[in-house]
Amino acid sequence: MTYFIDRRPNAKHKSAVNRQRFLERYRQHIKRSVEEAVNRRSITDMERGEKISIPTKDISEPVFQHGPGGARDIVSPGNKEFLAGDKIRRPPGQGGAGGAGEGGASDQGEGTDEFAFTLSREEFLEFVFDGLELPHLQRKPLKSLQEVKMVRAGLARDGVPSRISITRSMREAYARRIAMRAPIRRALKEAQQALEAEERKDSVLRNPARIAELKAEIERLEKRIEAVPFIDTYDLRYHQLSAQPQPSSQAVMFCVMDVSGSMTQNHKDIAKRFFLLLYLFLEKHYEKVELVFVRHHTAAREVSEEEFFYSRETGGTIVSSALTLVNGIIEKRYPPGQWNLYVAQASDGDNWDDDSNVCRDLLIKQLMPQLQYYAYVEITPHDHQSLWQEYETVAARFPEQFAMRQIVEAGDIYPVFRELFKRRLSQQR
Amino acid sequence: MTATRQPIATGSDWNFRVLEQFDAELARLADEYRLDTYPNQIEVITTEQMMDAYASVGMPVGYHHWSFGKQFLAVEQAYKRGQMGLAYELVINSNPCIAYLMEENTLMMQVLVMAHACYGHNSFFKGNYLFRTWTDAESIVDYLVFARQYIARCEERHGVQAVEQLLDACHALQNYGVDRYKRPSPISAEEEAKRQEEREAYLQTQVNLLWRTIPDAPEGGEQLPGNLASQLDDPLGLHSGGRYPPEPQENLLYFIEKNAPLLAPWQREIVRIVRKLAQYFYPQRQTQVMNEGWACFWHYTLMNRLYDDGHVDEGLMLEFLQSHAAVINQPAFDSPYYSGINPYALGFAIFMDIKRICEAPTEEDRQWFPDIAGTPWRETLEFAMRNFKDESFIQQFLSPKVMRDHKLFLVVDDDQEEMLEVAAIHNEQGYRQVREALATQYALSVREPNIQVVEAAIRGDRSLTLHHVQDSRRPLARSVYPVIRHLQKLWGFPVHLVSMEEGRVTRRYRWPVEEPSQDDS
Repeated sequence: MTYFIDRRPNAKHKSAVNRQRFLERYRQHIKRSVEEAVNRRSITDMERGEKISIPTKDISEPVFQHGPGGARDIVSPGNKEFLAGDKIRRPPGQGGAGGAGEGGASDQGEGTDEFAFTLSREEFLEFVFDGLELPHLQRKPLKSLQEVKMVRAGLARDGVPSRISITRSMREAYARRIAMRAPIRRALKEAQQALEAEERKDSVLRNPARIAELKAEIERLEKRIEAVPFIDTYDLRYHQLSAQPQPSSQAVMFCVMDVSGSMTQNHKDIAKRFFLLLYLFLEKHYEKVELVFVRHHTAAREVSEEEFFYSRETGGTIVSSALTLVNGIIEKRYPPGQWNLYVAQASDGDNWDDDSNVCRDLLIKQLMPQLQYYAYVEITPHDHQSLWQEYETVAARFPEQFAMRQIVEAGDIYPVFRELFKRRLSQQR
Repeated sequence: MTATRQPIATGSDWNFRVLEQFDAELARLADEYRLDTYPNQIEVITTEQMMDAYASVGMPVGYHHWSFGKQFLAVEQAYKRGQMGLAYELVINSNPCIAYLMEENTLMMQVLVMAHACYGHNSFFKGNYLFRTWTDAESIVDYLVFARQYIARCEERHGVQAVEQLLDACHALQNYGVDRYKRPSPISAEEEAKRQEEREAYLQTQVNLLWRTIPDAPEGGEQLPGNLASQLDDPLGLHSGGRYPPEPQENLLYFIEKNAPLLAPWQREIVRIVRKLAQYFYPQRQTQVMNEGWACFWHYTLMNRLYDDGHVDEGLMLEFLQSHAAVINQPAFDSPYYSGINPYALGFAIFMDIKRICEAPTEEDRQWFPDIAGTPWRETLEFAMRNFKDESFIQQFLSPKVMRDHKLFLVVDDDQEEMLEVAAIHNEQGYRQVREALATQYALSVREPNIQVVEAAIRGDRSLTLHHVQDSRRPLARSVYPVIRHLQKLWGFPVHLVSMEEGRVTRRYRWPVEEPSQDDS
């Protein structure tokens, strides 16, 4: 007797729970691998999963086993030249020629020291941003032209036919039928009983008029019962939708970069990674993130992403030009009441000497009060110049919202990024 | 014959109708060969479902544990890299016998898997004495359902982490959770759920009795006649002196379940679940060579019959032979592909050889196997399948011819000698020794260290002492520490493990490593 069963349509991801538990248990290991991966990979392919390796010894499930040593007999196949009594040099590496009878119970690996598996993209990003928190995440009031989402809001008596709820309508109809028929049925039953009583009487005592009357009554009642409609307009119920304003929060991220002659392509690549990390991070937290690219040398200009990263210019540097432009864009397009504003600036620290204090004043007086967060990275192995010093005073004024770090090479980005966006416990107060 | 060949289907595509026709044909042949099988439940599944099934060691319903997730990831990785095919070989010892067919297999593969699993393994499960004695095919699926639900409920009540840690500890000891000589009582989900509560209460009272403070016992005992007193107060004879347990216990999980002082009733039940499942898989671990050899023998025989009867065409047959040759390939010890003796190859060779000895015995065979040379092969094969496990099967049936074909040789690896010594090879002087050694290699009692509970200090510090009976100076692997740490967690008090060889202590292990007096928090 054989039964064939097609299980293919059955639930997938039966092992999802077990997989999740595994990832949870080895969180520390996986996090370490992810961090290494982030440093290694070009950020443009952040959007894929990652192969993770964990040392096998760390995740082994121990059982009692024989260790190396002692005397053992090993039977192996494929003898070519050996005769009984031959002595063979011990092969390098313990265990040697035939681990044949050994440990079949537990070691399932391919004899490697690493247990390797692949994280999906979501899992990977989850680990990348694990423990990071967006500074001062606030739900800003919504724009007047809000996005709304239609949500189910119970049932209503009127609506369009396509939204009719058949089950509920039928239930209503059923209830109404019961309710409307009940008194008639009761009267009918009484009439029938009376008729029966009348008919059971001795023929002499019978009242034919009464009988006729009762019969007519019964007939009338039966008609009335039939006349109760099966379904009526009162019964109809419609699924109702109501428009609910979406508590969506939106953010805009300004990428500000110095493109003067002193910024090499290498500098820009480093900056790009930083911007991309920040973008991925914001994207995870806000439903909508807009990007504005502002580049500057002596004058600032809003540009496309392509142009931002890959075109080259020469000339001096006036940082305040960019800050002024950012301020202008905010005023025109992104009222701070409705948007979460983030600025990330990358530069090699060069600035025209007299400009740095202008930047400071601009930041302290105009920009900072409107911003959620300002992150400044200086990509230089050299000593700081005036801009850094002026920014330090800004940082002192806005310790929660203003962050600055120095980056020397690509490998520094991720740690710096983590540092900047570390979850702050003190904030809870 | 070839002129009248009318294949049921050709090409590599399959559908359910074709599979049913092939199954009917296989069933007819199996019947002709008098293969006694459970009904088959053949499930067609996707690759991912197959990996799921692999990851849960073939249990169709499993409880949740991270180690299955790890297994899943390992299988997935290996499969994606193409290191591993997922075709043969997932069949569950249950009634009906569940076998899996993967949707992307070719027609040949589906037929091969049906022959291999649904008729080969299936009849082995039903016939072999170990499976008949130790497992209950009727109720295993029910029991798995019970186990899953019970553990899920425990997770809700006591937290995922607490359950996970307990399962970790139990898994570490699951190879020591089997009764080797006593038949376990049958298990069934309904029964289990019903009895589980009673058991909880009862077990706890027993444990309480065991760990009760001593001074009470003699007081009550003095008034009553000695014999009766001890029976009333101490039905287990625990406090009458001597050590507890009176005999060494080899089923560590059973001992823990019944005696660990600090476990809560639900924890005892989980220990029991792991123990029951270990018991269920115990026969499989002892019959690898036989089970695979038997299944290969039958898929080989049945596929050839399908061809002879004209139900399959040459294309399918060639595809089959290639696949079959890959499965029973045995690389030599010095090959880069060598990873131990291939149980499929060895088992298949032995069963084929038994058939040969029955049908066309040589002078050598008559000398070595006077009992079976020239007997009807089908009966002899059935006898061999039913009444042995790997160890005894090899001891009994490994013939000089198979040893020569595989060029088996025996090496003695003694760490006190500088060189390895070839003790015996496949020749007249060596056959017996090689066979003996190979059989021993498959004995679980030799493969796994022999560890038993010898004393629970019920009157002292409540520590637990185990003995490891060492053999040929083979020490325990370093994994011993994590394992006794798990054991200590279950037991709740210090655990001592003593390695002994010929009555002499060779090494002591203990957990916790430090004396508890120093710092214990």
